[in-house]
Amino acid sequence: MQGISKNDLIIRIGGEGGEGVISVGDFITQACARAGLDVYTFKTFPAEIKGGYAMYQVRAGTERLYNQGDTFDVLCAFNGEAFDMNLARLKPGTTLVYDSPGDFDPEIPSGVYAYPIPMSHTAKEMNNPRAKNMVALGALSILFNVPVEALREVIATKFARRGDAVVQGNLAAFERGRELAAALDKTDPWTLGKPKAKRDVVVLSGNNAIGLGALIAGLDFFAAYPITPATEVAIYVAKHLPKRGGTLIQAEDEIAAISQVVGASYAGKKAMTSTSGPGLSLMSEMLGMAFMSELPCVIVDVQRGGPSTGLPTKHEQSDLFLAIHGSHGDAGRIVLSVESIHDCINLTVVAFNLAEKYQCPVLLLSDGSLAFSTQNVPYPDPDDYHVVERKRWDGKGEYRRYALTEDGISPMTDPGTHGGMHIATGLEHDETGLPSYTSANHEAMQDKRFRKLKGVVNDVDPVEVDAGEGAGKAKADLGVIAWGSTIGVVREALQRLRAEGYQVKGFYPKLLHPLPTQQFEDFGATCKRLLLPEVNFQGQLAHFVRAETSLRPESYTICGGMPFTPEMIVNKVREILA
Amino acid sequence: MSTALQAQTHLHRVELPSKDYKDDTTSFWCAGCGHYGVLTGLLRALSEVGIDPNYLVSISGIGCSGRLPYFVRSYKMHTLHGRAGPVATGVQLARPDLNVVITGGDGDGFSIGGGHMPHLARKNINMTYILMDNHVYGLTKGQCSPTSRKEMKTPTTPYGGVEAPLDPVLYMLTYGATYVAQAFAGNVKLASQLIKDGMEHKGFAFINLLSQCPSFNEMDTAKHFKNATAILDDSHDVSDLDAAMHAVNMARREGREPNGLLYKTERPTLDQNMAELVKNVGGHKDYDLRKIIDLARP
Repeated sequence: MQGISKNDLIIRIGGEGGEGVISVGDFITQACARAGLDVYTFKTFPAEIKGGYAMYQVRAGTERLYNQGDTFDVLCAFNGEAFDMNLARLKPGTTLVYDSPGDFDPEIPSGVYAYPIPMSHTAKEMNNPRAKNMVALGALSILFNVPVEALREVIATKFARRGDAVVQGNLAAFERGRELAAALDKTDPWTLGKPKAKRDVVVLSGNNAIGLGALIAGLDFFAAYPITPATEVAIYVAKHLPKRGGTLIQAEDEIAAISQVVGASYAGKKAMTSTSGPGLSLMSEMLGMAFMSELPCVIVDVQRGGPSTGLPTKHEQSDLFLAIHGSHGDAGRIVLSVESIHDCINLTVVAFNLAEKYQCPVLLLSDGSLAFSTQNVPYPDPDDYHVVERKRWDGKGEYRRYALTEDGISPMTDPGTHGGMHIATGLEHDETGLPSYTSANHEAMQDKRFRKLKGVVNDVDPVEVDAGEGAGKAKADLGVIAWGSTIGVVREALQRLRAEGYQVKGFYPKLLHPLPTQQFEDFGATCKRLLLPEVNFQGQLAHFVRAETSLRPESYTICGGMPFTPEMIVNKVREILA
Repeated sequence: MSTALQAQTHLHRVELPSKDYKDDTTSFWCAGCGHYGVLTGLLRALSEVGIDPNYLVSISGIGCSGRLPYFVRSYKMHTLHGRAGPVATGVQLARPDLNVVITGGDGDGFSIGGGHMPHLARKNINMTYILMDNHVYGLTKGQCSPTSRKEMKTPTTPYGGVEAPLDPVLYMLTYGATYVAQAFAGNVKLASQLIKDGMEHKGFAFINLLSQCPSFNEMDTAKHFKNATAILDDSHDVSDLDAAMHAVNMARREGREPNGLLYKTERPTLDQNMAELVKNVGGHKDYDLRKIIDLARP
């Protein structure tokens, strides 16, 4: 059974929620990562609480993976619904592995390789009907060269809690699946490549990675209200923050959540909330107060489809306007956006560092695509992270909370500090914190609060330029600007385009506000034309780029609830440069 | 509950006369405003309990009431309209050793901030909430509030009101507050006594102080509140929730306001429950993060 090795392989498993679809995907992911392959997964949950169509897609490969890929190479259908749902994507050259005899008798589309496996039947025969998914997993492992030793380890580890009999039962079903598939003639070319070397990695979803980043940054206090697709951040933090002696509260609404965060910050603690668009809308008034009273706080927005209740489980990058300007008056803040799971850890730490240093709200934008995607990332050693604490008063002289300093940053005091009493107020105030409505004071204080933010661009890696290997000094024919999880899609698209001979570059801002305009200008000067793909209707980043720089990127927007695929970007670039 | 936790709230005690709790910020309210009584009562209570101003955090929302923290020597926050409750929750949970006092108006607490009130009470956040209830929006010059009498004519109800008022005390009893009291703010002796008891109470203490607005409420005057006062006598059982409800309902039926401690009970506060939870999972600040990160190894 030999196939053609390809750098990566995409396997999609579909079936009824509760049939173990998610487990199969998860086991393949864990085994591949354990063996040293790169993984990038994507899953959809049924909208129903119980039952309904569930799907888990694993992309695994020998090279670095930046996104979930274009579409699957292999579909493993547990039932007729999974087959029907994916029929349109079963193109010639793809492979179908399906339950047979099962609840359906598919008409195999022409050009599709098909392997019937008696998943349900075998599991029933073995008096272990719940092990249907293990039969499927065994079959997949032999058909597509999923690292088998790692799989056996993962199965044993995952079921260990439920006793040896359960482990053995599942392993037996798994081995039986392998035997059944081994007896088939493999005709399709799909197979996983050999891992280069084992690496020390962790596998995390975007939401969990944000929670972990917060713990690394020294999170003390977390408050949130449940909301799709951000809830898992709270779930992760709820599980682990108490171990670190921290405090977590489920608030009665998002207004309460951000208010509690602001209160905890005043009390001297590193505090954070996580939410999605509707929650961020509710928080916007308190963001203004946090800016006005200069209280550090981190707000994670896992964006979903909008406006209003919108498409709660779907992907969109449409909260940029809200994140940057959502609050009345001239209310400043810092806005960061993550590209990958790695960023979800690292930029969460950065978000805390910036909040503490600049004493203002820092918004971290993630999205529905990253929320549930998992990726392998290098083991994050907490000692490798630089963690910043707020500047506290040295106790000398008379304390003025909002002292006008050169960089605008004024030392803080925690309650209990003798001589450090002050009021945090949403009213305009003087250096001591007391209300002052004179024009001179308001202008001086607004200048102070915004002056602080000028330093931000120097404290982070605000952008990344993707010039490609061996890029010459000549101008690129096209530069692609992308933010959020679209960056990973563009990275791969540019690799493919360069392989076809296109002169293309990428520009990936991670700091979206204050916008690193000089970096934009510098990049713009190296490209003949610019393209800015983003998953929202209005072209929100393109709007800011046009407003704040001399660049005039061509906006390429979609808002169908799904992320871009590399193929879409490749096609768009070909069309532009034709 | 460990004794260490119980002892925490009694840290940071000092002996200071009530005038030393007064911040020298110029006062803000109209002459004859009932809120002066609230302030005097609060300062007196702070002195009697002996709270160290350095460990006191006074928190307010928006309205005439919102200015009170400016006049108290303490750490303080003047937050957004309706949000004093959750902000104070954040302060209290983050630093259970601090003494947290909220002062807020009837509109602030029971209109715009009404959604937070049940949760402060049911979660038993260890703080003192003083409602400065003048049955009107004073700062915006006299519109009807959720506690305004229905018949009251105001700029937004020029032909008389059309809505029934709510009763903050009955709400707090129902929401599960562990300390509920009410007094006329002009009775500074009783008000300060109730605030003192509320501060010494471990849990969420709610004190409704009926406070006249001489500028915008011609009905609920100081004289009215004084005449309507029905002092709860010794026969009232403060541990009996039904008796508390009954006392309020009976007084109201006669057009009177019960004054005194209505209800008091003990149950663990949220910060105590959280500390217990942390203890049970073996949590501490130096818990090795690697143990958490290792869980994500494939």
